[in-house]
Amino acid sequence: MKHNVEQSMSLTSPAPTNLSLMQKFATFLGVTGLGILLLAAFNINFPHKALWLTISLSAITIGTIAFSYGLYGNTAEGIKNNGVFFKSISNRGFLGWIAGILLTGFYVVLYFYPEYLGLVKDGDNTGVIAVFDPLSRLLSGNPASQWFVYGTLYTVAIFAFGIKFMWKYRHNRYEVIRTGSVMFFQTAFAFIIPELMARLNTDTFKLPYYDLKNVWPLNYYNFEGYRIKEFVNAGNIGLALLIFGIASIFIITPILTYKYGKRWYCSWVCGCGGLAETAGDSFRQLSDKSKFAWKVERWVIHSVLVFIIVTTTAVVHSYLGHDTSKYWLTKNTFLIGVSVFLTVLFALIWIFKRQELKKDARYGAIGYLVIILAFVALHYTSGDSKIFLFKANDLRSTYGFLIGSIFSGVIGTGFYPILGSRVWCRFGCPMAAILGIQQRLFSKFRITTNGGQCISCGNCSTYCEMGIDVRAYAQKGENIVRASCVGCGICSAVCPRGVLKLENGSQEGRINPNEVLLGNDVNLMDLVNRK
Amino acid sequence: MEHIVIIGNGISGVTAARHIRKLSDKKITIISAETDYFFSRTALMYIYMGHMKFEHTQPYENWFWKKNRIELKNGFVQQVDTTNKELHFADGDKMSYDKLIIATGSKPNKFGWPGQDLDGVMGMYHKQDLESLEKHTPGTKRAVIVGGGLIGIELAEMLVSRNIPVTFLVRETSFWNGVLPAGESEMINRHIREHHIDLRLDTNLVEILADENGRARAVTTDKGETIECQVVGLTAGVSPNIDFLKDSAIETNRGVLVNRHLETNISDVYAIGDCAQQHEAIGLRRPIEAVWYTGRMMGETVAQTICGNRTEYKPGHWFNSAKFLDIEYQTYGWVFARPQEYEKQFYWEHEGGKKCIRISYHKDTNEFLGINNFGIRMRHEVFDKWLTEKRDVDYVINHLAEANFDPEFFARHEAEILQHFNSQTLTNA
Repeated sequence: MKHNVEQSMSLTSPAPTNLSLMQKFATFLGVTGLGILLLAAFNINFPHKALWLTISLSAITIGTIAFSYGLYGNTAEGIKNNGVFFKSISNRGFLGWIAGILLTGFYVVLYFYPEYLGLVKDGDNTGVIAVFDPLSRLLSGNPASQWFVYGTLYTVAIFAFGIKFMWKYRHNRYEVIRTGSVMFFQTAFAFIIPELMARLNTDTFKLPYYDLKNVWPLNYYNFEGYRIKEFVNAGNIGLALLIFGIASIFIITPILTYKYGKRWYCSWVCGCGGLAETAGDSFRQLSDKSKFAWKVERWVIHSVLVFIIVTTTAVVHSYLGHDTSKYWLTKNTFLIGVSVFLTVLFALIWIFKRQELKKDARYGAIGYLVIILAFVALHYTSGDSKIFLFKANDLRSTYGFLIGSIFSGVIGTGFYPILGSRVWCRFGCPMAAILGIQQRLFSKFRITTNGGQCISCGNCSTYCEMGIDVRAYAQKGENIVRASCVGCGICSAVCPRGVLKLENGSQEGRINPNEVLLGNDVNLMDLVNRK
Repeated sequence: MEHIVIIGNGISGVTAARHIRKLSDKKITIISAETDYFFSRTALMYIYMGHMKFEHTQPYENWFWKKNRIELKNGFVQQVDTTNKELHFADGDKMSYDKLIIATGSKPNKFGWPGQDLDGVMGMYHKQDLESLEKHTPGTKRAVIVGGGLIGIELAEMLVSRNIPVTFLVRETSFWNGVLPAGESEMINRHIREHHIDLRLDTNLVEILADENGRARAVTTDKGETIECQVVGLTAGVSPNIDFLKDSAIETNRGVLVNRHLETNISDVYAIGDCAQQHEAIGLRRPIEAVWYTGRMMGETVAQTICGNRTEYKPGHWFNSAKFLDIEYQTYGWVFARPQEYEKQFYWEHEGGKKCIRISYHKDTNEFLGINNFGIRMRHEVFDKWLTEKRDVDYVINHLAEANFDPEFFARHEAEILQHFNSQTLTNA
């Protein structure tokens, strides 16, 4: 089928995908909306900013929704993947590369050159940021920043493409409800509530900007010195927020992950996941399913986790004092506490779950041991401001640059059309790493395989955004219990034979490594499973 | 080292190879003239529809074969010399074997229709059929499909996905009604038409007409109609792909005749999958079963036998599945299109007309015999257990929720089904 590949590099495709009149109009509308923002970015001055912003965002939203209606409105309910690998945009064709380059460029400007978007320090904004000033003032009372522009566009994207996704999967209530959830959490928790919280700020009272659904280590900056000061200075509310932040890590997250798997967060609540599931849905099939990619994934994501643990420990360590009489938590107690916590955590995993892990446990062991030894040894050999050989501040800014900006933004989202929609979630997110370890070891969640019904067609693996080779399990009749699974449910949706089901059940028999091909008589299964 | 040679790299042959490797260190060679690597035949349709690329249909990465020391040979076996235990290839090559497994699958049926070998006429079974369809797609204004079975409806779905109008000639008076009872069959008739497929029931192909270049340009039917078309799909079933054995000593009928141990009349020669024919049918099964699942089971069984545990082929309870455009179908146990004299059936259809179940049970003992479910997923394991335990129909109806396999939050219908069942049995009583 070579010619398909060739054609996908061109603008035309073998599948007749002529746009309907409605889709042409929708495209015009959406491009107009984006065009207004682009003109603003090139410093065309719009007189009535609130009006033009409304026109622009409405045009983008309505354009996207109308386009989706043209795409799915007149079709029967069911799976809508016709031509996915013929279309230039969704098969790394010309349009895919163009989209990737534009997105990447946008992220580079956003993170590193916000002045090109019109950010002015100590003065009135210009350019595209100025266009967003009226909306920002309406919500928080302050002028917009590049982050406000980003947050607004992000929310519009999740909203508009969320509706597209719901249309596409309207026969599947799990998908519809889940998408409603990510749209809600993005709009309310990530966008509106933090802006309204900023309204509470006065000259004497200031809450740190806090997206309540973001949990450390995803918001790696949550326990930095300036934020802790702001939390503490903000009295009871601030303290409550700080306690909530800590409880999110140690209590709320483990309980929910135990009951439902990491999907409760990654594909129902999280903003990164929200964008991947909606705007990124057209690119989910581009994830790499090779065993090699899985190996890289395990090393990279757990290294990021180790990196952020060390960084956060160093940062907290840097602003704590020595004197126990001033505050009970000192540099020493904190370091010892972290070491003991990690050691105990590791020991428990080693004692109770070693059989389930084999190789991975050894990797984990090495990783954790390195951290702990580094803590203990270097605490006594380095000065106040250093853990290991680095300044806490250097670690923090390196993490912020490499992981926070480059990995999660530029690569994670900018490369959607090239590497698939969940590159950050799969290879980089330390929050996903923690939830994943828990999901693999201590959760009721699994994807159940329906006996012997699998025909090895490969739809499940192809459309797994996390690059899990779902078929490899399904064709053996084996349940899928994988750290990286975000529970989006698409493997189950695209399965033509009703083989896969996301379930929460008892831990017993959750992982069934033996071949359980039903349909064979029992004696043969005994023989097959005998080692 | 003993050399096991497997002709055919489909699900049967590959399953056999994998299990022989698990159980032994024997030298294994798989031969295929179709493709270099194993792919899922049932997924060919998705390549044409653009859901997947060919590489996505390959269940194992290319390094898998070397790592597991399974040698792959691309070649067409023309002759099997069982006396010297030697294979003769079309290109003159030879290969000797110690044990031979024939797993060559099927080929599309052609019933001697005039014009059946014209350009633009194809089955939909081999990868080459797909390539042929791809080649003939540009410029096709209409396609005609002949034969209303599982492959026929899949081919229709494929063509519709490229916006090619389809006329679907079905010999029977209702779609697949040799297997599906009236309710299910009519539901699928409706669904086919809903997808704007021109379904012609009770209609036979008479002739395929050629244009001046020897390409199909139209078909004529026994209703006296001539239908202009550029592509003709022949999907009137399949039969064992065993022409190359004609001159060998291996006993064949429609397929390669095997006993319950999958052994042929020649020692050290076995046959599995679509091309194998049981001397006597097993239970209510047909002597030849061209089904993915049975091929896989036979592959496992023959691997045991070859590795020293001579094992009888004993398929468990019958099951199967398919997807008709947007409607999924599963079946467990036996539900006959025309009830056997001992069989009673209960049918429930959802008001939306896209979901239904039919439960078959024994009219005297009430023993549960089988289920057809459309648009609702059911658990294989649960029905397998209930069939083994010989549960009665009341138990099954009352415990249907345990068997439900639909995704979370899907609408559930067990209460309605139970109510329907109770009202029906009351009126009958």
